Amino acid sequence: MALKLFLQDILGGMTPELFLQHLTNGISLGSLYALIAIGYTMVYGILRLINFAHGDIFMMATYFTFYSIVLFSIPWYITFFLVIIMTGALGMVVEASAYRPLRDAPRISILISAIGASFLLENLAIVIFGGRPKAFPAPELFTKVFMIGSVSVQRLTVIIPVVTVALLFVLLYLINNTKSGMAMRAVSKDHETARLMGVDVDRTISLTFGIGSMLAAVGGMMWGLKFPQIAPLMGVIPGLKCFIAAVVGGIGNIKGAVIGGFILGIGEIMLVALLPSLTGYRDAFAFVLLIVILLFKPTGIMGEKITEKV
Amino acid sequence: MRRKSLFLLVSLLTLALVIAGCSAPQTADAPKEDDVIKIGVFEPMTGANAAGGALEVEGAKLANKLYPEVLGKKVELVIVDNKSDKVEAANAAALLVEKEKVAAIIGSWGSSLSMAAGDVIREKVPTVGASCTNPLVTQDNDWYFRVCFIDPFQGKVMANYAYNNLGAKKTAIIQEVSNDYAIGLAKFYTDAFKELTGDDNSIVTVTNYNTGDQDFTAQLTNIKATNPDVIFAPGNFTESALIIKQARSLGITTPFIGGDTFETPEFVDIGGDAVEGAVFSTFFTSEKPITKESETFLAEYRKEYNKEPAAVTALAYDAYLVILDAIERAGTTDPAALRDAIAQTQGYEGAAGIISLDENGDAVKNAVIKEVKDGQFVYLDTIEPK
Repeated sequence: MALKLFLQDILGGMTPELFLQHLTNGISLGSLYALIAIGYTMVYGILRLINFAHGDIFMMATYFTFYSIVLFSIPWYITFFLVIIMTGALGMVVEASAYRPLRDAPRISILISAIGASFLLENLAIVIFGGRPKAFPAPELFTKVFMIGSVSVQRLTVIIPVVTVALLFVLLYLINNTKSGMAMRAVSKDHETARLMGVDVDRTISLTFGIGSMLAAVGGMMWGLKFPQIAPLMGVIPGLKCFIAAVVGGIGNIKGAVIGGFILGIGEIMLVALLPSLTGYRDAFAFVLLIVILLFKPTGIMGEKITEKV
Repeated sequence: MRRKSLFLLVSLLTLALVIAGCSAPQTADAPKEDDVIKIGVFEPMTGANAAGGALEVEGAKLANKLYPEVLGKKVELVIVDNKSDKVEAANAAALLVEKEKVAAIIGSWGSSLSMAAGDVIREKVPTVGASCTNPLVTQDNDWYFRVCFIDPFQGKVMANYAYNNLGAKKTAIIQEVSNDYAIGLAKFYTDAFKELTGDDNSIVTVTNYNTGDQDFTAQLTNIKATNPDVIFAPGNFTESALIIKQARSLGITTPFIGGDTFETPEFVDIGGDAVEGAVFSTFFTSEKPITKESETFLAEYRKEYNKEPAAVTALAYDAYLVILDAIERAGTTDPAALRDAIAQTQGYEGAAGIISLDENGDAVKNAVIKEVKDGQFVYLDTIEPK
């Protein structure tokens, strides 16, 4: 009751039910951003490379899902694993062809190569899959709606944050407690020294990309379930926004990416909710947030000092 | 710390590059011979409006197949992709005008894209739009024509439908703010609806979204709170389908109405059960052939594509025929003479109705109202212009 009154106080005309609905929408969107941002930030943390193709790998994953379910009629639970593996492989292929040859080149060259890989994937998708949007096959199991009081909640709204948090812990375990994870941390500090210590640098980086792309695959499938429409350029805006989420949280920091994702998602929804006249500027919110963070705390919310990585 | 922020700024600049990044427009292969008359087809083949563009290209191609010659010369279509993007649209039109040197242009789906080409084609190549309904496309541009009605009429038709057939007293509008078509249609709807209800507050809320947006839950939650009788959603088909889908999952049961853009297969594919009952105005229905040309068009289209044609397909077909007819009457492809000949089009029997262009270069035509029923577009009513 006290909470209800408090909410009424700060929100003026808005009823608490309405506010809770907005909050639910925000959490739902934020967890999706967080999920994709994790992949971004992980690759950055280890390679110091912003993988601009991440959004496009995410797009490819949704098409893999589409063809697997619609064309080959593979049940969704098998598709889920197939797509994760295929997307992981795609990420490794992209790494081997676009980034590995530039391993010792200046960082800016790799960044440009990443943008090239991104354009290549987009145009490849236009040629292969066609420019027209397709309907993503979303099983009703995920899209069913239930009510909490007067707030409508899609099952996905609960599923996505759980998946995000679960993957967060899996990833943290992988990086901090396994041998491959140790290799990743070593590579992130210094390629040369890691190599001298017997770490297979190429293999480790390839693995990093594989895992990053698998995360993109999960993100892509969740995105498709929530917004059941897929197109070759669908990865561009989510890619940019999740990059921003990663920067806001402190790029390279996995927990930060999750926090950044939630800030961005809830922020976007609340901007529309509280200031309806600014609705058309909702995408600008993300970019303004990026500028503000870069001006006042360039390392992001959870940012660490430059010497500490991952 | 400093190095890192510098690096982030560099990446920010790169980011800007990515957003602004554009690639060169593509051309269809085109032999350069004097005994060929080239007609440009300027449509979105990729991006958010791709499905609409594809439907119009089908119409132009079919017309070209059935009527491949004029003045004893072969007519060749040069199809360019304007990528659903205003900047690309101007580039694509320039390519047709400067490089391909086409005699006339058909297109584009989407008023914004057509308007972007307006200044490029002016005084150079007469252009006939198929389904671009915003009044500004042809206004103050003597070189742009169209074979469809315009939005003041379409807005009025939908306002009448909402008021008379649905008994609506309050409308909420959710419009695609980056699209001139949607903004225009929303305005004309608003004017007509306010006049009908005699109530200045009958539009309870107007909310916006951008092309390519995927999440509309915040806007819809706001709309839900205003409790409207009907929601008018002019905008692109994919976004519209997602909007209706998300509205239903937020527990909004209010009927949705919209404009001619709803009539694409993707609208139903993506919207699924959620878009059942959505009502919109359009140009033509295959259930009621109007002219002899309609019957030819329907028979040939069904044979060629094995499905029912969309209204915009018939319009693109008509745009081609109107150009051909004008070339024949002018006896030349000289731009000024061809422009005058197109402007004089009166009572031409096209597939989607009889085309008479008014002083602005707009066709005055009936509107058709359709509803989504069992995943199909079903004819409801025909409305005549007054």
